[in-house]
Amino acid sequence: MTTTETAELRRRVQLWFGPQHPGITGNMSVQAWLEGDTLTAGVTHVGYLHRGFEKLMERRRYIQSFPIVCRICVPEPDTNEYLLAAGLDELSGLAAEVPERGRWIRTLVLEMSRLQMNLMTLGGHIGAMAMGAAPNWLIAMRDFVLDRFEELTGGRIYHMFITYGGVRRDLPEGFAERMEADLEAIEEKLPLVDNVIFDSSVFRKRAIGVGVVPEEWVDEMSLSGPIVRAMGIPRDVRKDFPYEKYPELDFEVVTTTGSDIYARAWVRRQEIAQSIDLIRQILRKMPEGPYCAKLPNMLTWTIPPGQTYVRAEATRGEMGYYVVTDGSDKVRRVHVRAPSYVHGVALLERMIPGTNIADLAPLMVSFQVCPPEMER
Amino acid sequence: MSVKHTLAPFSAWLQAFSKPFTLPDKHGYREGADRYRGWHINDTKKCIGCGSCAEICQNVAIDMVPVDDPVKGDSGLRPRVDYGRCCWCALCVDVCPSGSLGMSNEYIWVEADADKFRYIPGVDPKPWDNAEKGWRQEEGFDLVDHERVPMPMLDPAERTKTWAEVVIGYSEEEARQEASRCVECGLCVAACPAHMHIPDYIAAIRDGDDIAALNIIYDNNPMPEMCGKVCTRRCEGVCSIGVQGDPLAIRWLKRYVTEQFDDLKDVVHAEVERVGEGKKVAIVGGGPSGVTVAYYLAIRGFDVTIYEALPQLGGATFFGIPKYRFPMPSLEKQVKLLTDSGVKIVTNHRVEKDEMRQLVKDNDAVFIGTGLMKPYGLRAPGEDLPGVMYALDMLRDHHIGKKVDITGKVVVVGGGNVAIDASRVSLRLGAEVTIAYRRRKVDMPADDEEIEDAEAEGVEIIPQAIPLRVEQTGDGRLDFIWGPAEMVQEEEGRRPRPKLIEGVENHMIVDRVIVAIGQGAEHSWMPEEIAEKIADKRGWITVDENGMTAYEGIFAGGDLVNSTADAISAIADGLRAVVGIQKYAGVLPQAEDEGSEPVAIAK
Repeated sequence: MTTTETAELRRRVQLWFGPQHPGITGNMSVQAWLEGDTLTAGVTHVGYLHRGFEKLMERRRYIQSFPIVCRICVPEPDTNEYLLAAGLDELSGLAAEVPERGRWIRTLVLEMSRLQMNLMTLGGHIGAMAMGAAPNWLIAMRDFVLDRFEELTGGRIYHMFITYGGVRRDLPEGFAERMEADLEAIEEKLPLVDNVIFDSSVFRKRAIGVGVVPEEWVDEMSLSGPIVRAMGIPRDVRKDFPYEKYPELDFEVVTTTGSDIYARAWVRRQEIAQSIDLIRQILRKMPEGPYCAKLPNMLTWTIPPGQTYVRAEATRGEMGYYVVTDGSDKVRRVHVRAPSYVHGVALLERMIPGTNIADLAPLMVSFQVCPPEMER
Repeated sequence: MSVKHTLAPFSAWLQAFSKPFTLPDKHGYREGADRYRGWHINDTKKCIGCGSCAEICQNVAIDMVPVDDPVKGDSGLRPRVDYGRCCWCALCVDVCPSGSLGMSNEYIWVEADADKFRYIPGVDPKPWDNAEKGWRQEEGFDLVDHERVPMPMLDPAERTKTWAEVVIGYSEEEARQEASRCVECGLCVAACPAHMHIPDYIAAIRDGDDIAALNIIYDNNPMPEMCGKVCTRRCEGVCSIGVQGDPLAIRWLKRYVTEQFDDLKDVVHAEVERVGEGKKVAIVGGGPSGVTVAYYLAIRGFDVTIYEALPQLGGATFFGIPKYRFPMPSLEKQVKLLTDSGVKIVTNHRVEKDEMRQLVKDNDAVFIGTGLMKPYGLRAPGEDLPGVMYALDMLRDHHIGKKVDITGKVVVVGGGNVAIDASRVSLRLGAEVTIAYRRRKVDMPADDEEIEDAEAEGVEIIPQAIPLRVEQTGDGRLDFIWGPAEMVQEEEGRRPRPKLIEGVENHMIVDRVIVAIGQGAEHSWMPEEIAEKIADKRGWITVDENGMTAYEGIFAGGDLVNSTADAISAIADGLRAVVGIQKYAGVLPQAEDEGSEPVAIAK
């Protein structure tokens, strides 16, 4: 900001949106300036998390880093777990030993995670517009998925399940049947949700044409995920750089046009259906066998020097881990390339000018900002 | 805006008539999933207090706190979990070498006092202590490596044709791999009589620093060549990885380190204060205890002389242990380090009464480590027949190069390591060997590995066989007559005793009977005034906490003093006497006097 711009802003009403505000997505805040109902500028503030995951990992053994990364995105921890495991598997040579079933269970967990995250975000879309019913149903549907997570991984939110060489446990007896029952229950309720979201005149009025992201910004700012798919660009790491068992699954990248809040919500709605379909495919195709490679002693495990970049499609967009090892028993550097950093800081600050004050929360939700990814 | 879009949201009202998603009863309790990660539970009987849970905890939520007096293989510590730090990742459960730690599926616990949320699972009673469900270890996922790197060995068929070492030894890669399995819990340090710094030298091997490893070993063991090959390895018996898998091959790792260097003088740097300059010590008996005293006193500047009756130092490790287990060059390498360190060695010299009196007079201290040299008899008629011999004599004669008269079919009586050694030596001399042992095979005091090896090489073992008598047959052979025994439990908690089944006699026609049922002390060389003072009726010598006998200035150690009769205990006795002699000579540095370790040889 130039001095003139700052001087200009001083004369305006200043509004702190967050960090304590139900409309904010997690622990961050937006300092915004108003002219009437319209925001003229906004600056994002992070730093409320006080953690520094990347640094913490440099002082812990590999296995001790594993319970940390799930915290980099609380509602969708599994992408982080997968990426750390994939990176270190590759550098240590364990990747060649990950059993088939282990890879299938990893894919299952990633897809279950996408499903529950999309359910919650879709609830957030409409919750940010102060509508209460649909978010309640969607959160309840998400809890069905969390029940299965609890049964599979021993935890509802922090699963700490995908680890080096595979996963930590096999599927419990009868898991596929219970999963199917839950998927059916979710599918049954989804049309109701459609009624109150996509068919609601209130939502349409507040979402269609609001928060339009220009297509030129996509490569300029490396946007990804539903934001670009809502512009009609079929960009998806699962298809473009397939990993784990995605090449063996049958699915199309969801796209739509409009690039507004509505289009992004619609992409998420379609991806819920896609995840349900993928979970069914995975459970059908999964072979029997071991679920984890034979691990070396995790208290003394060292990995030869090397570096790699691994990526995966989180519900928010492309997530990547740049991992460097130096031959010791601790990781030298982990750099988390997270979509929220781009979407929640750079893109959001550019989108704020001209936005109505009431549309800020829906806009943030439609970017699906996860603040721990910014101050990781 | 269409009519549809105006009316559609009102469909939400229909939900008022459907079944609620949420639990209807606000006081209802929902059970956690079968493998829920809830509050910790610990089977404290199974727990060995190794601390791997505390080691892996990335939040430092687990402290190891004393709850009990430590017993062998158990540190006496138990994990205490601080739930202000715990993140419920359950790595502690997955790593637990004993498999005792688990998590219940209980997740609700209300307490007004925050300090209560720090407790010792299994010790502080909790309602979920007996929870059936919750996160437990599962087959197919291990955070520690349970499989030992196999030791390359000679093929059993090849072994009996040669005196070459049966164990071939780890390659560098195998040793580093095996060393990486260690969780560094240190239970082995407490179990080792000499309290060797085992996790430290294993870590040095893992990190590729063999010189550091060797120096750590030489901190409190001057005979690692021998221990690396034939130690009774109590350390491996308590190894925490051994609870659910193969214990670390601690002995083979030590062996690996010693094999990397041809001349120890170049790599072993004992940088200790030479406090003993001008002091003189004589050592009678060059076994492990004597060698230990000699080495650690010599590097401290003492003028040390060892008197040994046999042509070579090493005691029982020289004449008792067959060369296919402990070859001569290894022993010579150790002896060379002794002479390089300034120890004077007088071999082929048996100290007699007058000389002993003189030694006591001339030296600041005398150490006796003559061991047990008198074999116990068979205590059955026919013991004196030609062809009946003692394993100890036979092994000694064989090792000092005398001709040993072993031929045809041989029966070895006994079940200890000496019996096994005698059998395997006889095999290599061309005999056909049977072992007759009083108790069951599981009761045999010999190493399991040794028993397996002997059997693989073709030794037959007859358990529960009590020798009755030996008779001469017409054609000059021997009839070894034995009776079967049944095992009777006489006292609760003691091992069952073999009881002869009367009236049954089994005959075995053999050419030689080798008796290997133990040995006792022999003090005929000692001046009476000393022997009377220090030894009891059976020949055992009692020493105080400094290793000193009742005779001022005379120290003792080894098989004479301790009943465990293994080399590492003898080394431990030696270490005790090293401190004792320095103290007695008034030259012990303050720091070492205060050290809680039996002998901390500071660098």
